[in-house]
Amino acid sequence: MRKVVGAVLRWIDDRLGLSAIFPLMRKKEVPIHKHSFWYYLGGMALFLFFLQVGTGILLLLYYRPSSEGAFESVQFLMSEVRFGWLVRSIHSWGANLMIFMAFVHLFSVLLLKAYRKPRELTWMTGVLLLFVALGLGFTGYLLPWNELAFFATRVGTEIPGVTPVVGPFIRTLLRGGDDVSGATLTRFYMFHISVLPAIAFLLVTLHVILVQRLGMSVPPSVEAEGRPLRTMKFFPNFLMRDLMGWLAALAILSAMAALNPAHLGDKADPFAAAPAGIRPEWYFMFMFQTLKYLPSHILGIDGDLVGIAAFGLAALVLMLIPFLDRPAPGQKPKPLWTWLTLIAITYIVVLTWLGYSMNPTA
Amino acid sequence: MVTQGAGSAGGPSGERPRGLTRKRFVNWLLGTSVGGLLAAVLYPVTRYIVPPKVAESAVSSVVLPFTPAELPNNSGRIFRFGSKPGILIRTDSGELRAFSARCTHLDCTVQYRDDLHQIWCACHNGHYDQSGRNIEGPPPRPLPPYDVNVRGDQIVVSVSA
Repeated sequence: MRKVVGAVLRWIDDRLGLSAIFPLMRKKEVPIHKHSFWYYLGGMALFLFFLQVGTGILLLLYYRPSSEGAFESVQFLMSEVRFGWLVRSIHSWGANLMIFMAFVHLFSVLLLKAYRKPRELTWMTGVLLLFVALGLGFTGYLLPWNELAFFATRVGTEIPGVTPVVGPFIRTLLRGGDDVSGATLTRFYMFHISVLPAIAFLLVTLHVILVQRLGMSVPPSVEAEGRPLRTMKFFPNFLMRDLMGWLAALAILSAMAALNPAHLGDKADPFAAAPAGIRPEWYFMFMFQTLKYLPSHILGIDGDLVGIAAFGLAALVLMLIPFLDRPAPGQKPKPLWTWLTLIAITYIVVLTWLGYSMNPTA
Repeated sequence: MVTQGAGSAGGPSGERPRGLTRKRFVNWLLGTSVGGLLAAVLYPVTRYIVPPKVAESAVSSVVLPFTPAELPNNSGRIFRFGSKPGILIRTDSGELRAFSARCTHLDCTVQYRDDLHQIWCACHNGHYDQSGRNIEGPPPRPLPPYDVNVRGDQIVVSVSA
């Protein structure tokens, strides 16, 4: 038997030359220092992404993308299909956990300054991946066609709509018409299961190749200590630890799904008032809350337009950080960007907390 | 005029041939063909993804499915105005007023709050008074008003002239 397997593997290797990867894997080493823990978060986000693909495929077996059938199909899945509640709950909680991991990964990379030359492209593909993940979260939120999702989508598609000149066109393109309707659901479904996952696959591949090619970044504070660094082999030592992280993520996710299965709520009714307490997913909460606080006009411009422009600018700055934070050769990195990162984290945490703790009818 | 040319590398002396050489002509032909092909693919795709204009429902007035007696003072109800939601309120003084129910901030559907005596949007905490004026929170403009006429037991709401 072993002979046969060996012969088949050799046959494949003669044609694909995959054995060339093993010496590279054996050669690759990962630095060990006090911040090494943060190296595992990207891998956990990657694992959760694959889990989303798997559970998403399973959900497609029962989901019907139309305003007449979507809510009912999810209801059927949750109540009739064996383990339907589990698959949907894993998908729903998995999305939240994946975006949480991506945020923590992003901020750890920011604080450890791992975006420095030559890792600019790794950083940019990572930021783009976070945006794609947010897009997947936003488009997926509408698919059960419930009341909360309906109004969240109305607000979410109105936001690009306030952009001068091209805004109304983008809004129509997203909604598939003037208003959120069955046409919007079909479009969001298309984005959610084909366009965004395809882009995510491309970016993940590029991101992982870059991480493998350039290796792990050593934080400047560790570099400054000047001591020779201990290292561990990527294969199998680091990979095994990575797998433990994946298992931990799976355990947390299973507990969340089992203890608090995903809700469905009421079916969307375009002729009902937006319910009190309406709010988006937690990862949009800080932006949602900001829009609540902005006055109707700022210096004669619509307040929401100012807010949206500010968030757009922040996204651009985030993307370009490796080019903005470039200390002159031989100089220490400036603390400015560390402070800005800490301010951004505080802002997001405080606004999110306010969004959840404030009385929605006050 | 197509001339025989040695191509972009030029002649032995390094001089680039002037005018339209065969190579340049073929390049131009290929370039424009590829451009034409791309345009022929991209134009229909772009037109395809922009949804067709659906004729706006030509509704200029609607009869509401409830009577004036069903709406006490300081209350409001959502109604269908063609494909869009409207809101009918009865003010503290008993007057009936109707507005578009779409919040002028980010398009949510508003509701009447009898505890505040105001029209309110739950999405971003926008407040409008009983005349539809934006008085608090992020809404930038008042709610567009409709005309309300009561004919016996019927409430007729129509677009303001």
